[in-house]
Amino acid sequence: MIELPALGWQSIVIFVVFAVSLLIATYCTYAERVIAAFLQDRVGPDRAGPYGLAQPLADAVKMFTKEEFFPGGANKALFVFGPCLAMITALMSSAVIPFGNNISFGNNAFFLQGIEVNIGMLWVFGVVSLGVYGVMIGGWASNNKFSLLGAIRAASQNISYELAMGLSLIAVLMISGTLSLREITIQQSIPGEWAMWNIVRQPLGFIIFLVCAFAETNRTPFDLPECETELVGGYHTEYSSMKLGLYLFSEYVNIFVVSAVMSVLYFGGFNFPFQYELRDWLASSQGWELASAQNLITALGTVLLFGKIFAFIFFFMWIRWTLPRFRYDQLMRLGWTILIPLAVVNILITGGLITFGVIK
Amino acid sequence: MQPLTNRAKKLEKKPMTLAERAYLPAIFQGLSITMRHFFMKKATVRYPEEVRPFSPIFRGLHVLKRDEQGRERCTACGLCAVACPAEAITMVAGERKKGEEGLYREEKYAISYEVNMLRCIFCGLCEEACPKAAVYLQADKMAPPRFERDEFIYGKDRLVEPVDPTKRSVRGIQLTPEQAAALSNKMAQQPA
Amino acid sequence: MSPLFLFLSFVALLSALGVVFAKNPIHSVLFLILTFFSLSGHYLLLNAQFLAAVNIIVYAGAIMVLFLFVIMFLNLNVDTEPHKPALAKIAAAIAGGSLFVIMIVALRDIQLPAVNGTTFDSQIGMVDKLGMVLFTTYKLPFELASILLLVAMVGAVMLGKRETGERHF
Ligand code: SF4
Ligand code: SF4
Repeated sequence: MIELPALGWQSIVIFVVFAVSLLIATYCTYAERVIAAFLQDRVGPDRAGPYGLAQPLADAVKMFTKEEFFPGGANKALFVFGPCLAMITALMSSAVIPFGNNISFGNNAFFLQGIEVNIGMLWVFGVVSLGVYGVMIGGWASNNKFSLLGAIRAASQNISYELAMGLSLIAVLMISGTLSLREITIQQSIPGEWAMWNIVRQPLGFIIFLVCAFAETNRTPFDLPECETELVGGYHTEYSSMKLGLYLFSEYVNIFVVSAVMSVLYFGGFNFPFQYELRDWLASSQGWELASAQNLITALGTVLLFGKIFAFIFFFMWIRWTLPRFRYDQLMRLGWTILIPLAVVNILITGGLITFGVIK
Repeated sequence: MQPLTNRAKKLEKKPMTLAERAYLPAIFQGLSITMRHFFMKKATVRYPEEVRPFSPIFRGLHVLKRDEQGRERCTACGLCAVACPAEAITMVAGERKKGEEGLYREEKYAISYEVNMLRCIFCGLCEEACPKAAVYLQADKMAPPRFERDEFIYGKDRLVEPVDPTKRSVRGIQLTPEQAAALSNKMAQQPA
Repeated sequence: MSPLFLFLSFVALLSALGVVFAKNPIHSVLFLILTFFSLSGHYLLLNAQFLAAVNIIVYAGAIMVLFLFVIMFLNLNVDTEPHKPALAKIAAAIAGGSLFVIMIVALRDIQLPAVNGTTFDSQIGMVDKLGMVLFTTYKLPFELASILLLVAMVGAVMLGKRETGERHF
């Protein structure tokens, strides 16, 4: 067996996670078009490769070969920095998401997670809150009024919805008592003790989180920063070529990350029903080794986690092609006068239920 | 005022009920509608592989016919050009020389015959005006898009049908009385 | 002093200077954000993960976004910046200088408690330890601060509520 330094396996996991997030984001662009088409009784792109599966590749070639354009009076350094920042922040948060339980072969045992920090949730939250800088800097550096308006909308929208998002996360914190995403996942399925996902304990919190997730990723019905009917293209009006590609791409990476976070926080992460029974059955009556049975469970769990993530991504797209865009004052009113009070009420309810021992 | 039909809907502006203000029921309704469409039959025709059937009376690209011996029928009388409402046809008439009897049916023939496809409105009046049954609009060919304007001016090289009858357009022929009857039967059966 | 510490301090000082000397206010704000990041790096070196994350979320993620927001609206740039009178410059220099002197005087005699390797708790900066301290020793200030924040939030929600009567938009 190859011997790797302490963090060797972990860095491999990080690389794999990055590659997988990029791959999924690539195919999200294809999925978005196909799903949009299907919801509108069309068939979508089907020319590049079988079923159009090479479409992302063709799009990438197109993006790379387009003219690199700098608007007059733009701040060049920041104009380039904006999309890069958007991409970096989008990718960063996937590092702490636990994609699977521990896997072991030989003497190596490692966890399918990039980095385990005991503030995992805060990390995700912090990185998401930084995501708006990419949009703001890009929008401002374009030296265009529409871009600036888009940037400003993005800023105020993200700040407003971060509040409600944070408050709904606090309720999850209260029942789990930890900030570590790995811990939170494991707690959602303790053998013989507790097998419920957090959604059972936090239905209201989940809905609030979901709405805020839509707002934070700038997806319809909250895509006001890039709302084409009012702002031409919003913050990326002036962008072309791969810089535009990075912006569009980072949106999909964000969707992927947010879907993963929702699956981990509310839908049991890599847990699935009867996993321990399955493992014990394999180990006792099928004569498997316990370690290899555990590996199988881990692999299944990872596959199922991705299934949950894909379901969420599909939901994001389904919503996008169903709901019209909110008006800006409606958006702000929803965030401040409905979601924040609701989230506070949710905290109160959770606190009460914990105090009276209804949920633990 | 008297309503013209009884289909007019009276709109009342009531304050929204709680269910309406909570958005969620309406959102679920919308989601179920789009999901239904997800599984519906798709309206797309994948063009180069699938071709939507032309109407049997479709008027497409012009063709200049030859007679049974392969001679050009057009006698450059100019009636088509006169009939054309879009003034798309121009021609230059010439006299048949000795030894060209196998090429041209009449003594006078069109040295050049041009149809400007950008002007043409495919009305088919030229076809009706022609006394020699020389010009027809084919039912299965269209003037394809091009990059240059002058490529739309179709000369005789592209209008006159090939000498070899097997290479000719199948549908661009004059209907025999039987065929015409069959066609009108078919048209009658089609729902309006 | 580890090389990482030196690097972070270097970045922190450089970007702090950048905040002051940058001509463009947007650049100033961006330098300030970079300063916060290097400070968070310092927190991480001190094993205070929670502080590092909160520093980023609150300062870089929220307050600086508002700064940037306002500056973008003001549309300040080099040509519209008014020329400051010499008196203001001198006053600023004196005020800053005296602050600097006071800091030096205050910190000169400080004695760092010696770190005992055997009894030192490396987990001191972790969330649970911090929570224990906040909820036992500093309970009252913590609760007061949280009430203050709640009041601010309720106030914001109340301001956002639609008033009865005629609407002007
Ligand atoms: S189809 Fe109509 S417009 Fe076209 S050439 Fe004939 S007469 Fe003119
Ligand atoms: S196509 Fe017919 S109408 Fe036109 S010039 Fe020839 S013979 Fe005359």
